[in-house]
Amino acid sequence: MKMKLQIGSLLAVACALQTVSAGDITGKVTLNGAAPAEKPLPMDPTCGKLQAAGEKPMTSFYVVGADHGLGDVVVYLKDISGKSAGASAKPLMVDQKGCVYEPYVATVQTGQTITVSNSDPVLHNVHPTPRPGTRNKEANKAQLPKSPTLDFVFPDAEMFLRFKCDVHPWMFAYMSVFDHPYHATTDKDGNFKILGVPAGEYTLVVDHRKAGTAEKVIEVTTGGAKADFALDAK
Amino acid sequence: MKRSSNNPWLCRFTWFTALCTWLLIGLGGLVTSKGVGMSVPDWPTTYGYNMFLFPIHMWDGGIFYEHSHRLFASFVGLLTTVIAVWVQSKEDRRWLRVLGWAAFVGVVLQGVLGGLRVRLSLDGLGIPHAALAQLFLCLLVFMGVVTSRWWERRWSEKWSFSMSPSAQRLVLLTTVLIFVQLLIAAGMRHQHAGLAVPDFPLAYGKIYPPTDATFVEEINRKRMHPMDFNEITAFQIHLHMLHRFVAYALLVLITVAALKLHKALADQPLARRVATGWLILIWVQAGMGIVTVLKNKPADIATLHVMTGALTLLAGFVLSVLVQQFSVATQKSVVQSPARPIFGPNKPFS
Repeated sequence: MKMKLQIGSLLAVACALQTVSAGDITGKVTLNGAAPAEKPLPMDPTCGKLQAAGEKPMTSFYVVGADHGLGDVVVYLKDISGKSAGASAKPLMVDQKGCVYEPYVATVQTGQTITVSNSDPVLHNVHPTPRPGTRNKEANKAQLPKSPTLDFVFPDAEMFLRFKCDVHPWMFAYMSVFDHPYHATTDKDGNFKILGVPAGEYTLVVDHRKAGTAEKVIEVTTGGAKADFALDAK
Repeated sequence: MKRSSNNPWLCRFTWFTALCTWLLIGLGGLVTSKGVGMSVPDWPTTYGYNMFLFPIHMWDGGIFYEHSHRLFASFVGLLTTVIAVWVQSKEDRRWLRVLGWAAFVGVVLQGVLGGLRVRLSLDGLGIPHAALAQLFLCLLVFMGVVTSRWWERRWSEKWSFSMSPSAQRLVLLTTVLIFVQLLIAAGMRHQHAGLAVPDFPLAYGKIYPPTDATFVEEINRKRMHPMDFNEITAFQIHLHMLHRFVAYALLVLITVAALKLHKALADQPLARRVATGWLILIWVQAGMGIVTVLKNKPADIATLHVMTGALTLLAGFVLSVLVQQFSVATQKSVVQSPARPIFGPNKPFS
């Protein structure tokens, strides 16, 4: 009993030490230059009726916010693997609302569940299309209105794994799958935060589907790290 | 059961089925052009329903096109089955009875290919599905020709047909090249990558575009299309350019062949009209191809381009058959022709 208490205490101290020696990486991604004009989504009348009055749904290739902040940029630590929390990670919730996927761009870990719901009064089919050469499986599942959620799990890392709906061919979402928990997606103002990164030197990468990629070597201390990036509009 | 080779209603029914098949090719083309080939993920059911009982209120978005395609395909399958049975009971030409079964097997195979493409989620199966559709249409039209009154009478009239063997070969080989062009086009369309080259007459501002990895990555980064197609690859750019170059070749070949046919078919007004139609079709097809590129591949124009391509192949095929028959008939008629038939003196289709 006394031995168990001692081992338990040692473990708790070890965890605390690790937490103390980890930091958060924060930063902002901005866009240089003017983003190309977005295109209107060719919605059919049924989906058109689901939009707010006067609203014309557009593509979201470039989400540019305050101070040229660029949203939907995937930010991650390079060359790390084997640290995924897998199924124990909280599921990522994806919704189909107004005949678009929300969120449009997100990140998950290998083995983490992506739970897709349908908030629309129309039928969708959820069709992930992973690239060949991985263990990630293509699927094509119908989802009626108010039907149960659909779960998807991908065992291999992959950037911008596409989800589409073949009933509404303008609907897309992109999930980047990593074999570790150190990743994030910038918000609409370009800000990001990666939590609990152990102290050390890393290569931090930002990747936008259209604006391209950039990377920096950073040093993470117990106080965290800050890194800003600028990508050029194409 | 008395069989004969004079079945006018069978002929009319076959031509009607051929027309429906051409329209079905258009409907299938529309499914691909709109990118909704997988909008019904199961087969032969439709979202779990018997496909003939799928509620109309659920025919939403892409489902409308894909489901309509399946229903109309079933209709064409039924028409073909009728032809196959009709031919068995009424036709005295054994080879035509065999073709009847071939048509039946063809339409069943076509249905299975389409179904497997969906069930296995294999985009590549769209290419043999598209190719077989064209061959099936040619088969039906051939059956329509050989059950026609013209075919019955073709050797009982005096013919005046003079076309050199090389010119006859030109008609046949051009028709084969049209089919190759349709295969290239099917390969392009079933990549689901949209328009690989967005300008005309140049390609990315050049006579032949670069295809190195840096350039290809750049064009994918810059492309912003609501349908967000698969990424363009160097192979797709090469395929697109091949399609253009074969199109230029066909413009020349069909123009030359059609002019030669026009001269050789001076006494055959109907066949002459087919030759004229062939010439018009290829130039219209070229125009539609250009518009498809300049307007960034709108679904309606791209689909019309598919349907006109089918008609161009059909015209070449019919003219190839007519040329062969005229050559043989000329040899048999009172007015001698110096031309030798391209298939020799035998009578393959008597």
